Amino acid sequence: MFRWILGGREAQGSVEKSPVLCIGEEQPKNWFTELQVLKGHFDIVRFLVQIDDFRCASAGDDGLILVWNIETGERLQELRGHSQQITAITTFTCSNGLTSLITASSDRSLSLWDPDTGNRVQTISDLQSSVKCLLVLERLCVCVSGGEELCVWNRDFQVLCHRQNHSDTGITALIELPKNCLAAAMDKEIVIYRLTVSTDSSLSLAEIRCLSDHREQIRALINVNDRSFASGSHGGELILWDAVDWNILGYEHILWEESRPCAQAEIRLAAPKPSEMSIQHLTTDGKHILAAVGSGLYVYSVLTKKVVAYRKVAHDSNVLHTMLLSDSELMSCSEDGSVRMWEIQDLPLPAEPASPGFFGMWTFGRSNKQSGPPSKKVTDVPNVRTLELTGDLIGHSGAVQMFVSFRENGLVTCSADHLLILWKNGERQSRLRSLALFQKLEESGGL
Amino acid sequence: MIGSPDVVAFTKEDEYREANPDPWALPEEFSVPLHPLADSNPWAKTSYAKFTKDFILISEFSEQVGPQPLLTIPDDPKVCGTFDLNYFSLRIMSVDYQASFVGHPPGTGYPRLSFVEDSRVVLGDSKEGAFAYVHHLTLYDLEARGFVRPFCMAYVSADERKIMLQFQELSLRFSQASECLKAGNRRAFAKELQRKLRDLEYTHSVLQREEGLQREAGPQRMYSAHAVEKANELANVEKSIYEHRDLLRQISSYHHRPRRDPHAVTCQKCVTECLRECEELLEKYGKLANPFSYRDKGEKGEEGQGQIDDEGGEEEVDEEEDEGVKRRPSYTPQLIKAKSPKCFDKRLKTLQELCDDTFYEATVELLKETERSFRGDLCYLHTRRLDRVLRKKQRVTNFLFEEDLGEDDEDEGGTLRPFCAVNHAVDNYTHLNPPPIVLGPEPLELDVLEPPDLLDPASETSHTQVLCELGLAEAHLESSPSDQTLETQESSEETKGSFSSDKSGMGQGERQQNLASMTSEAPDPDSDLTPDPDHNTDLERESSSEEIETTAGEDEGDQTPVSLLEVMSELEASREEECEGVTDGACEMESDLLVPIDTACCMAQEGFLYEASAPEAPHLGQSSHLQPCQTSVVNQEPQALLPLQDEYAVGSPCSESPAPGLELPVGDAVSRTSAEDGSDCTMSASTGSDRAASPLGYGGVVTLRQRKKAGQGALRFVRQYPFAMQALWCLLSGRTLVVLGADEGRVRRLVAALALFVPAPGKCGERVQAWLSCPFTLTDLQRWKLIGLQRVASPVGSSMLYSLSRYSRYISILDADQKTLRCPPYRGQLLANIADHRTYIRRGSTYFLHLQSTLCRLAAKAFLFTFTHHLHLPVSSTEGPEVVEGRRRCFLQEHLGLGEEDSLILFYLSQLITQQYLQPATGSSAAATCFSFNYTTSVFYKI
Repeated sequence: MFRWILGGREAQGSVEKSPVLCIGEEQPKNWFTELQVLKGHFDIVRFLVQIDDFRCASAGDDGLILVWNIETGERLQELRGHSQQITAITTFTCSNGLTSLITASSDRSLSLWDPDTGNRVQTISDLQSSVKCLLVLERLCVCVSGGEELCVWNRDFQVLCHRQNHSDTGITALIELPKNCLAAAMDKEIVIYRLTVSTDSSLSLAEIRCLSDHREQIRALINVNDRSFASGSHGGELILWDAVDWNILGYEHILWEESRPCAQAEIRLAAPKPSEMSIQHLTTDGKHILAAVGSGLYVYSVLTKKVVAYRKVAHDSNVLHTMLLSDSELMSCSEDGSVRMWEIQDLPLPAEPASPGFFGMWTFGRSNKQSGPPSKKVTDVPNVRTLELTGDLIGHSGAVQMFVSFRENGLVTCSADHLLILWKNGERQSRLRSLALFQKLEESGGL
Repeated sequence: MIGSPDVVAFTKEDEYREANPDPWALPEEFSVPLHPLADSNPWAKTSYAKFTKDFILISEFSEQVGPQPLLTIPDDPKVCGTFDLNYFSLRIMSVDYQASFVGHPPGTGYPRLSFVEDSRVVLGDSKEGAFAYVHHLTLYDLEARGFVRPFCMAYVSADERKIMLQFQELSLRFSQASECLKAGNRRAFAKELQRKLRDLEYTHSVLQREEGLQREAGPQRMYSAHAVEKANELANVEKSIYEHRDLLRQISSYHHRPRRDPHAVTCQKCVTECLRECEELLEKYGKLANPFSYRDKGEKGEEGQGQIDDEGGEEEVDEEEDEGVKRRPSYTPQLIKAKSPKCFDKRLKTLQELCDDTFYEATVELLKETERSFRGDLCYLHTRRLDRVLRKKQRVTNFLFEEDLGEDDEDEGGTLRPFCAVNHAVDNYTHLNPPPIVLGPEPLELDVLEPPDLLDPASETSHTQVLCELGLAEAHLESSPSDQTLETQESSEETKGSFSSDKSGMGQGERQQNLASMTSEAPDPDSDLTPDPDHNTDLERESSSEEIETTAGEDEGDQTPVSLLEVMSELEASREEECEGVTDGACEMESDLLVPIDTACCMAQEGFLYEASAPEAPHLGQSSHLQPCQTSVVNQEPQALLPLQDEYAVGSPCSESPAPGLELPVGDAVSRTSAEDGSDCTMSASTGSDRAASPLGYGGVVTLRQRKKAGQGALRFVRQYPFAMQALWCLLSGRTLVVLGADEGRVRRLVAALALFVPAPGKCGERVQAWLSCPFTLTDLQRWKLIGLQRVASPVGSSMLYSLSRYSRYISILDADQKTLRCPPYRGQLLANIADHRTYIRRGSTYFLHLQSTLCRLAAKAFLFTFTHHLHLPVSSTEGPEVVEGRRRCFLQEHLGLGEEDSLILFYLSQLITQQYLQPATGSSAAATCFSFNYTTSVFYKI
């Protein structure tokens, strides 16, 4: 017993040395106490998209699209048709309320599926290039695909207009802006297009402006709210743009060195690789922007235009996908195969001991720790808060590519180990099962 | 002929009474003798038997050589040893009461087939130490005297009580076999008749032609001797044709005849098929416009060949025979004439030839199965059946710790499926109650037990509690019956001496008379044994009138058991129908069932049998009346005949305060173990019997020996490791346990031992992986609850260690080499009972039983917990989940006395039960199973 505690303390010590967090096995705030492994893919699963309250579709490098029932873990449909990996997937809900799936694949085809029946409703093959991103403009009931060319499709998959691009990399991200505008990320530039619907209901696409303020390739482009959008680059630049007149509202260059002045000596020795400050993913709830930078997480306030909380090393490896669950809770997944849940917490006052020490040695160790970076941060930026790890989900044996939250129904993660894992609240599930049990009991009139 | 035949016909004059079983009374089949006989040697009983094992003997009364044994099952000379089969065949064949040889009954022109029901007889030979259930049956053979060949099948055992008490079951099984043989025989017989008819018609046509030629040749010599002879021949052939046609009609009317034997269940499809076949034949031969004009003239050449065949005295039973192609022999009238006298030189058909091959083989299979299912001594059979019956009622929780009950056991427990040799998909089941299993408890013992039971409330409760403890009751049971067997056998032998000698001389009719007079002259109103005279006469009248209808010569001997059985089946049916009844209904009915062993002919068996049933049933009924809440698994079980809602009423259990019955008696652990220690020998005594799957059961069938070995391993584990309790807790609470070790044998042994503790191990132990030498993944964790993992010092090893540390939150790691365990801390008391490393249990099998009883109780608790509505769901809409949570915690702590960690076990078991129960509903095997866990820190245990 004692030995184990000592061992635990040692583990804690190692945490101090390597800044990666280890939460340990006791996670009272982690309510994912049940999991279901969903098998079906044969290759890396890269995309997850929520269809409705209880269904979700997964797609990956095997070209398969699988539709799952989140409540039971059943595989509802298997959409086969693409011969190569899926590059983009999105849902398309039209005015009639029916949701369909649009997928794009490396085999240079584009397909429209009915997830209820598993039928391929429409398909276009022999595109000039493969589509890298898809955007649905539900207002106009059209779909925009981006790659080396920009195409606008109607629901019947007819090209409404089409525009060749001059950039080599092609369009990597597309977002919708007010006033029928589109923003497309192309290498280091953001190009603004305007869609105009002429009187004979034909569409035309015009390039209005090109924003080239990023010095590195743009990795992420998101809508923040009605008035602004944000972009993040490979070099760690986060720019907040005005959605209407496309001016820069805020600029944050997240650099490793900046945030860690006390450890400069070490950093000189090991110069940061570009990927370590690359913004992999951006997510927002309108008030905050959560940026996955390398293996760290940064929470940027849209109001104050400042980083309010951050964790430089939140994962062992690059963070691939993030999500803001609520004002204070967020979640991230990484190449290291784990999903972590975080809480934005106010820093404890420096005078307050971080934790009641069990032993003398322990408090001694703690005092050491307090001279570490967080306290520095407090002196640097007074209003900064910390990201505290509240739980982690370990199950995948490969990089966790993406996750989709179904709120209390659970969480679906997909990974490079070909698996999907459905994480659920064990208590809730057991209650549901009990309910089902007594229902069945009643139906069958006893045992 | 027979020296001293202590022959007993298992016949009884039964009365029919309204049997209203008391729902609270413990039916006989669940009764358990409470105390073994103190002073008798359990090993003395089979000493004089010349055979080592029970076996099945098939004999024939050959009209040529007399009684002769045909085959034994198992077909192994060792089984019979020095036992004289010839002599025994003589004995068993000579007790056939049926006068089944019928020629031309007066008043009918044609020979008649006798439709004889089988007769069932119990016979004993105390000198040889052999007792047998003898099942007589007759098969039809066109060439045999009276067209019948008497056969019998006998189950031979050294244990008389076994035969007597398993009579019902034996009768059932052998009836199936007999039906199967007879079905095949009818088929073969019809085919033979067909062939014969064809031959006769051919002969007829030939004769007719010859006669016509003669008549044409010389009309003036009309009355020549030759012509007369020809005419006679022709007439003979014609008569023969009529006779055979009539036989064919008779055999095809077989199925229309009402069967009086309730055990004679036949596959409906077979019956209809056979019927159709016969009707086709009748159609062909009975309704020919000109039956005597045989059209086929081209066959003459083959006549000679046919003759040769006939000289061989044998008609080949050739199913594949094409119509008139392969063989078209013709019988001359002389040949037919030659056949009617007994001919001793001809070879009689073998049993296999008499029945179709398929049917014969199926019968042998069936008998083999029967032999297998009756292996072991009475006590073992009883315990096993009790066990099965109990478990069958507990389908909801069985999967947790019990071995899988195969589907083939179905008919044993009450569903009599018509046996079908050609394996028709059988959809017509006949439901019968399982034959009563009776072990005679001591009347003395009961007397001793009863008064305090009823008077003293303190001892009453304690006694009831004792009764409730299944394990203890079984322990008593296991050690007792062999002693009793000896005792009763001795007593019966004594009586046999006096009874047998005068019986040998007694004729059948006389005996019958004797029986009848006995029953009618002494109608004791107090005794349940005495048949109702009115009813009795009714029955007799009925049976005799039936006799006249069927065959005049048929003896009463076979009627009696048949009608008796009928009554019994009716009784059984009425028991099923009328679930609510008066208190002593059950006991009455039980004694009714037992009456067959009657004063008149029963070797004083009725003594213990009657005592066994009558006094005990009311006693138990009363005790359960007095304390309905205290009835636990054993006492409850029999009521499953009632509509089940009453029993498992949802939501009610808590109001009935389930606690006392379910209380885990920590205090009596020692006494329990000692009792089990005592019973250990019985367990090992029944090693020879095969049991199919077991709770250990991984990798398919695990024998009892392996299981005992696993029990030994588990015991060693418990004694060796101070943290065994924690490891067991991990397994029982659903946390995957990884046994890490370098030595494969050691790890495998440990896994085999620990597999006993894995709840719901699956039919073939799918949840257990004995030896894994590659890194495991999450899917493996989901699938396996116990993993033996190879420790290797190589790159593979490091990746394995990585997976170990990565998934450490889901697993517990037992290091077999360093003897350490890493798992969440457990401080509960629930498992102290089975994981006490200072246990007094020394034997693996004892420990295994101890374990089984503890796990059984756990499963019962889990069942209660799972199906108690308000522990999981709010009672009213105003209640929040916290209230339910609080109630649940209160229930677990206050009622079941479980701490936090012990509750986890129950949660897990409950979850398994829920999943199992819901499984058919969801029905989607596509959906993966859930894997629950919780986030707790692990601690590190060392020796």
